[in-house]
Amino acid sequence: MPSKKELLDLQFIDARHKLIDIAAFLDRIDRHPGEPDYRYQALQKALPILLTERPDRARAVLESFSDHSTGVSESAPFQGAFGAALPDRVLSVES
Amino acid sequence: MKYIEPHGHMVSRTTDDYEKLALSGCEAICEPAFWAGFDRSSADGFYDYFRQLTEYEPKRAAKYGIKHYSWLCINPKEADDPGFAREVMSLIPQFLDCPNVLGIGEIGLNKNTRNELMIFEEHVQLAVDRDLPILIHTPHLEDKLKGTRLILDSLATFSQLDRAKVIIDHVEEHTISHVLDAGYWAGMTLYPESKCSSNRAIDMLELYGPERLWMNSACDWGHSDPLAVPKCALEMKRRHHSEEAIEQIIYQNPRQFLSQSPRFLP
Repeated sequence: MPSKKELLDLQFIDARHKLIDIAAFLDRIDRHPGEPDYRYQALQKALPILLTERPDRARAVLESFSDHSTGVSESAPFQGAFGAALPDRVLSVES
Repeated sequence: MKYIEPHGHMVSRTTDDYEKLALSGCEAICEPAFWAGFDRSSADGFYDYFRQLTEYEPKRAAKYGIKHYSWLCINPKEADDPGFAREVMSLIPQFLDCPNVLGIGEIGLNKNTRNELMIFEEHVQLAVDRDLPILIHTPHLEDKLKGTRLILDSLATFSQLDRAKVIIDHVEEHTISHVLDAGYWAGMTLYPESKCSSNRAIDMLELYGPERLWMNSACDWGHSDPLAVPKCALEMKRRHHSEEAIEQIIYQNPRQFLSQSPRFLP
C-alpha cells in the first residue's frame, strides 16, 4: 500500500486542479444572470462534507445528491437524470 | 496483460475500437442489451437488435480474436410501457439458445417507476425459470440509491433466486455495501464523468476486497472509454497493487461469474 506522501506525489496536482475548477465554476455561476437552481443549491449543500473528518466523504456526497423519496409512481413523468434530486426529494444526510 | 471486458455496448463502437481492445489484451467482451440513445418505434426494432447481438457482433469481434457474448432483455428505459415491453419480451425466448447468449440483462430500473419494476420482475422470473444468470443496471445519478434499494427489495421476494448468479452493476460508494451485504456480485463502471473514476473504483476495491467484484467500461454511444479497464489496471499498478491482484479483478473475477453460464468459454 502506498504511503500518504506517495499518493500525494501521484495525485495532488490532479486534486488541486479539480478543486480550482470547482471554485471557478462557482465564480462563473455567481457572475452570470439567472434564477437560483436546485442543482447549484445541491452543490453548495455537498461542499461542507469535504471539510468533515469522516472516512466516507465520497459516500456522503453521493447520498446528499440522491433522491430520498420513498413513493413509487406508476410511470415516469420525464426521462433522464440531472445529478441532483428535486428539492422535495432531498434528505438531510448527516451520518 | 489479458482481461475480460464484462460490459460493453459494441454496437455503438467502431471497428477501430475492437482493434484497440485486442491490442490492450481483451480476450472476451460481453454485451448487454440496452437503450440505443432513442426509443425504438416497434418490437421489430428489437428483433433486429437481438440479431445484431447474436449474429453480427460476434463475427465482428472474432476478426480481432475477441470472443463476444451477449445478454438479452428490454432495457428499463423502454420498459415503462408494459404492453410494449411484453411484446419485446415475447421475442427473447427464440434467441436464448443462441451460442453467445449468457443470460438476461441489463434489466433494472431507470426512473424507479412501478411499471419498470413490474417488467424487471417479469425478466427475473424468466431467468429463474431457465436458470440463467442476470445482469442488473442500477439507475443514473440521483436515482441510483433509491433504485438500488427497490431492486434489492424486489429480488428478496424471489425465493428460488441464486444470488451468486446475479450481478448488480454501476455501484458507487453509496450503494456497493448494500449489494455485497445482500450476497450479490457488484460491478463498478469506469466512466469519464458519471459513475466511477479509476481511483474511486480502486478505493472501493481496497475497502471491500476483491470478492464478488468486477470492473467494466460500459462503453457505448455516450461519453465513455472502451479502454477504461486496462487504464484502471495501470492505475492499480501505480498504487502498488500486485500483478496477481490486478489479474484477479480484471480477468479471474469476471471469468468466475460468467462461467456460471455453460456458454462462456474462457
